Amino acid sequence: MSAVPVTTKKDWSSDQEVRWCPGCGDYSILTAMQLLMPELEVRREDTVFISGIGCAARFPYYMNSYGMHSIHGRSPAIATGLAMARPDLDVWVVGGDGDMLSIGGNHLIHALRRNINLTILLFNNQIYGLTKGQYSPTSEVGKVTKSTPMGSIDQPFNPISVALGAEATFVARTHDMDRGHMQEMFRRAHDHQGSAIVEVFQNCNVFNDGAFNAITKKDARDAMLINLTHGEPVRFGVDGERGVMIVDGTAKIVDVAEVGIDVLHVHDETAPDPSVAFSISRLADDRESPTPVGVFRSVQRREYGESVSSQIAAAQDTKGPGDLHGLLRSLPTWDVS
Amino acid sequence: MIAWWVPLSAARRVRFQKTVYLREGTHVTDIVDRTEGVREVERIIIRFAGDSGDGMQLTGDRFTSASALFGNDLATLPEFPAEIRAPAGTLAGVSAFQVHISDHDITTPGDAPNVLVAMNPAALKADLHTLESGGTVIVNSDAFEERNLAKAGYEHNPLEDNTLDGYTVITAPMTSLTKEACKDLGVKTRDAERSKNFFALGLVSWLYSRPEEPTMLWIQEKFKGRDLVIAANEAAYRAGNAFGETAELSASRMTVRPAQLPAGTYTNINGNTALSWGLIAASQQAGLPLFLGSYPITPASDILHELSKHKNFGVRTFQAEDEIAAIGSALGASYGGHIGITTTSGPGIALKGETLGLAVSLELPLVVIDIQRGGPSTGLPTKTEAADLMMAMYGRHGEAPMPIVAASSPSDCFDAAIEAVRIALEYRTPVMLLSDGYLANGTEPWKLPDIGSLPSIDIEFASELNGVDSEGREVYWPYVRNDNLARPWAIPGTEALMHRIGGIEKQDGTGNISYDPANHEFMVHLREERILKIADKLPPLEVMGDDDADILVVGWGSTWGAITSAVGRLRRGGTKVASVHLRHLYPFAPNLGELLQRYDHVVVPEMNLGQLTKLLRAEFLVDAKAISKVSGQPFTAAELVTKIQEVAQ
Repeated sequence: MSAVPVTTKKDWSSDQEVRWCPGCGDYSILTAMQLLMPELEVRREDTVFISGIGCAARFPYYMNSYGMHSIHGRSPAIATGLAMARPDLDVWVVGGDGDMLSIGGNHLIHALRRNINLTILLFNNQIYGLTKGQYSPTSEVGKVTKSTPMGSIDQPFNPISVALGAEATFVARTHDMDRGHMQEMFRRAHDHQGSAIVEVFQNCNVFNDGAFNAITKKDARDAMLINLTHGEPVRFGVDGERGVMIVDGTAKIVDVAEVGIDVLHVHDETAPDPSVAFSISRLADDRESPTPVGVFRSVQRREYGESVSSQIAAAQDTKGPGDLHGLLRSLPTWDVS
Repeated sequence: MIAWWVPLSAARRVRFQKTVYLREGTHVTDIVDRTEGVREVERIIIRFAGDSGDGMQLTGDRFTSASALFGNDLATLPEFPAEIRAPAGTLAGVSAFQVHISDHDITTPGDAPNVLVAMNPAALKADLHTLESGGTVIVNSDAFEERNLAKAGYEHNPLEDNTLDGYTVITAPMTSLTKEACKDLGVKTRDAERSKNFFALGLVSWLYSRPEEPTMLWIQEKFKGRDLVIAANEAAYRAGNAFGETAELSASRMTVRPAQLPAGTYTNINGNTALSWGLIAASQQAGLPLFLGSYPITPASDILHELSKHKNFGVRTFQAEDEIAAIGSALGASYGGHIGITTTSGPGIALKGETLGLAVSLELPLVVIDIQRGGPSTGLPTKTEAADLMMAMYGRHGEAPMPIVAASSPSDCFDAAIEAVRIALEYRTPVMLLSDGYLANGTEPWKLPDIGSLPSIDIEFASELNGVDSEGREVYWPYVRNDNLARPWAIPGTEALMHRIGGIEKQDGTGNISYDPANHEFMVHLREERILKIADKLPPLEVMGDDDADILVVGWGSTWGAITSAVGRLRRGGTKVASVHLRHLYPFAPNLGELLQRYDHVVVPEMNLGQLTKLLRAEFLVDAKAISKVSGQPFTAAELVTKIQEVAQ
């Protein structure tokens, strides 16, 4: 096979007019992706984007690759069939918090536990956009929307906790205000063998504007984003003055000056037990507190499509290739002359 | 002693020969022809009934296999409760297996059984009414004790009062004789008891002169490595055999000679196995791998089980998290160039509806298999019905036409599966394949087809650009159409043909999203037209029966057997009648309308309240009348004879 052709952002942009609201966070995610693709050294024809329904789900139309805009919530299931049938492809799944965690929650957790080779991007804007502003499964308690005039009474999902609980082997979080960080997370997720999920905090400037301002604005990030770096003590703050300790299995934010640097938790994304990663995912239960971003977990487990292919190969080894004539005679037969 | 048996090769291939072989280790002086003096009859219908835990399905299945290898034509009807083990001894827990064996071509599991084997009082209570008057009842008398009688609702022991007056009754203490036969084998008493179904099988096999060897071989293979179980089952079978010899039951003995069937190699097959093999055959014919996405549901699960065994054919099977993921994964595989299949029953079709609409819009091949059962809701999971036709036709939002193919007999599921795949691939459309619980589990001898005679399915993936954009550049358009009005199938991985498809309305040709009113009107008509166009290449329907008949019986699905048998009987009795059976429910074969106009009366036996009848009336303005049955059981030929005669008068 010939070398992968050199491509540019333009090669990865389709001829379709992008139709998100002006100012939507989705634009910056799309740009980050179109700029990243040439760096991944993959072929456009071997790349497939599958989506469900929602604003985020329009994503495949704008990528000049293969793509399917399917139905609400079902993209992980459709992508699973495609990835099982065609392990040679790079299959991406794109969806929002309603698509992936509400109507499609079941498919998402099962895709994660199977560890099928999918790169799943969950654009979390904590609101329903395309249906014009109802609360979502990640909206905070008390959220006033068209369908919750007296405030939401639903406990929200923490997508990172859900993914870790679903046995995901790669779990990361990023946000739409930092292209470099997004690209790094997307690249890591893409290179991972198995199901990889990246939660992207994404601003919906029409129905939930500024939901992440307190943590993702440039001047807030140092103090409010806890960057997880493998092998490094977990520290944040303008001068790294705060950190994370694990006390009796629970992650706690501490002042470094008080506890000393040696007791800070050293992040290990490859830890086989997901408990510490889960505990870290619980550090922030709103978007106004210091919130961890980066790779929570990245472990190796056998990829599903590989297991499927190896069972087929093993069956062919023991039984030989399929012989229809023999199959029809595999039950007792008799001859009439 | 000498017995009928059949020589067997290691490959379990059995060639029936009408030869009496000596069994190893027997003495020549013992030779007696076991069938000498045995009354010959054309056919027998036997119904095995017992508790769910009594192994009646297995007993019936073994009797059937032995009869198939003996050369009889046959048809079977397994009937079992939805509960895995309903409370022991109750009417709810009765499991039955009816088999019809014959020396001539038959198409149904029979009307009223001639013989009822009842392993406990509940089985007798539940099924005695099905027996022909004067028929034979074989009972396990050990089970007719106070507790079991009470559970079955008998105040008096029916073996001792006049309940069975007029029947030939054979009572055998099957449990105690089985225990006795096993006592020196080192088998625990409880385990020995469990072999009593083999006692029943041994007795019935003796009464109806079935060869013993296939059953013995089966026992040895099935329980390989469990020597005690093998010994117990063999001992129980032989004890049943010996009971017949010693209890002076010779007067009740009879045999059914092999049937004169067309020359060829035969196997005894049920519908779900035939359907699975048909899918594999279609995959071979098309040269494309098979992908099955499925969620377990009765009575469709056996297709998932069967296909899972054949990964060496490159078959991928996926047990999905739910019905929606099952069809979603199949559609994803189809998008990738595999033959996407999903199997389910009615409740699953209801869940798959939205994805079916997507498949209609995407115009990708997909085969959706509905093994129908009694509904609505959970309904009768283990009983048959054919009431999903309207759902197959219309069970999607919007105008979402889908071809429908129906199987007519267990072995026909093989051909129906190939036809469904052919249409799906050639016309790039989801196809609904309808079978039902009766076909799924019922069996019949099947003359194996010559592989070379199977229909060819020629499919090419798109590899070329096919359009020119407004700036004069060559591009790939996903909705350009061929003569069949099918769009090209460009699978991911194909260089330069990158494109996007989706469920939003699109412009024909370019495939670009379009909300234009005129375009939607055009596309709705086009999707209808392209499915109707399938009829252009369908073979015309052939009518069976009298040229000058007044009555046309129109059938679809599993009613074929009963209709064929009933029409045969009516014609032999002098009634002028004809029948036609529909393989394609949408679109109909091109000559159906013209056919319907030829007859004064059109009747449609259906296991629903008249769904095909409504379609025929709506489409062709004929006064078609339904003959309905919705009891969870298939039609018997006798029922249809009566109903059709009513029309004739």
